[in-house]
Amino acid sequence: MRFELMYDSFFKILKGVPLTLEVVFISTLLGFGLAIIVALMRISDNKLYSVPAYSFIYLIRGTPLLLQLYFVYYGISQFSFVRESFLWPILREPFWCGIITLTISTGAYSAEIIRGGIQSVSQGYIESGKALGLGRVSLFFRIVMPITIRQALPAYGNELILMVKASSLISIVTLMEITGIARTIISKTYAPVEIFLVAGSIYLFINFIITRLVKYAENRLSIPST
Amino acid sequence: MLEAISFGDAGWGDEMLMGAFWTVAVSISSILLGLVIGIIFAGFKLSSIKVLNLIAEFYTTVIRGVPELLVIYLLFFGGGSAVMYVAKIFGYFGYIELQPFVIGTLAVGAISGAYSTEVIRGAVNAIPRSQFETGSALGLKGFRLYQKIIFPQVARLALPGIGNVWQITLKDTALISVTGLVEIMRQSRIASGSTHEPFIFYTIAIILYLIITRVSNVAFDKAEIKYSRGFAKRKIS
Repeated sequence: MRFELMYDSFFKILKGVPLTLEVVFISTLLGFGLAIIVALMRISDNKLYSVPAYSFIYLIRGTPLLLQLYFVYYGISQFSFVRESFLWPILREPFWCGIITLTISTGAYSAEIIRGGIQSVSQGYIESGKALGLGRVSLFFRIVMPITIRQALPAYGNELILMVKASSLISIVTLMEITGIARTIISKTYAPVEIFLVAGSIYLFINFIITRLVKYAENRLSIPST
Repeated sequence: MLEAISFGDAGWGDEMLMGAFWTVAVSISSILLGLVIGIIFAGFKLSSIKVLNLIAEFYTTVIRGVPELLVIYLLFFGGGSAVMYVAKIFGYFGYIELQPFVIGTLAVGAISGAYSTEVIRGAVNAIPRSQFETGSALGLKGFRLYQKIIFPQVARLALPGIGNVWQITLKDTALISVTGLVEIMRQSRIASGSTHEPFIFYTIAIILYLIITRVSNVAFDKAEIKYSRGFAKRKIS
């Protein structure tokens, strides 16, 4: 073990933490919005909504994230009409390609989690809401959504950890977050075990904090059992 | 455009299919390695020896909390020297270089193993205590008890979970393209680099993965039906 190297690289790798957190934060936020839309489409009785939503989820869950990233980063930019369009300043950036890919990915996975949550809301609550004269929109935001969030929170916590892990892939399109920096140091120093331990501990720490936060939110939202 | 994906020397059709073959091959060898690891570490987790519990807990926590890519880099850069270190103990001092396929299997197998551990542990826990007691009452001890009574039931209970692990494993193999194994991902990179048609080749790659997913879904459904013979379908609600 080269402890001095581990000590030095700890501070180098730490510099990648803000980028990891930034990417995870932005794409989780956008992905959550996407997931709600996809989940609502998925449970709709209208095939015009449910079939595209189902296909989208199937497509994303059936293919590796790395392939989705390559598709967005290399595949779409092949066409000159994309390169000439107003979207090009965004699609040209590895950062935004990473955000787009992770947003789409977490959108599909979380849609399934949210769908499970929505379907667990018992009919009685919805009927009570209607009896109180709530419209469709306020029924959704005031009755269905709060119960869904409580139900789906444990599974969503898992998804958050998967997002932190998935964000490491953006290092492949040249972004220097935790894994990107770790890889650079490994190929310079040839100390894979030491660097793995350092970078791995940082990830474990981030995921530990997320687990605690989700647990805290779960406790806050749970119905007191007295 | 069609020429690019034709078979033979001019096109990349046969190369892409070969890539699909390697994806499936490395996925199968990884999940098998993962199952072996899973059985051993599930045993550790269920054991009454504290040290074994700790080792298994450490392994599953680290693997499930750290990005797959980092595990792959660890084995890609460190796997060769680790094997040479072990070989030295046995008196072999030559240089050993690991094949990308072996590194890929070790890395993805180690990841897959952590998920399999949890699935198998859950399945063993789901078997009623009375089954163990009945076994011992019949005079079966230790391994025989597991072989005759517990494992056949674990197989049935673990199958849906193993199906999920298979999907994860299959997708994780895309990451070992960074080690140089020419599976679907790497092949489509090479092909799109040489033809400047990334859109087509990544689309083909997506289709290939979806086909493999679909076929394996059907296979796992069939296996589940086979192993659930004689069990009434449990009704929810």
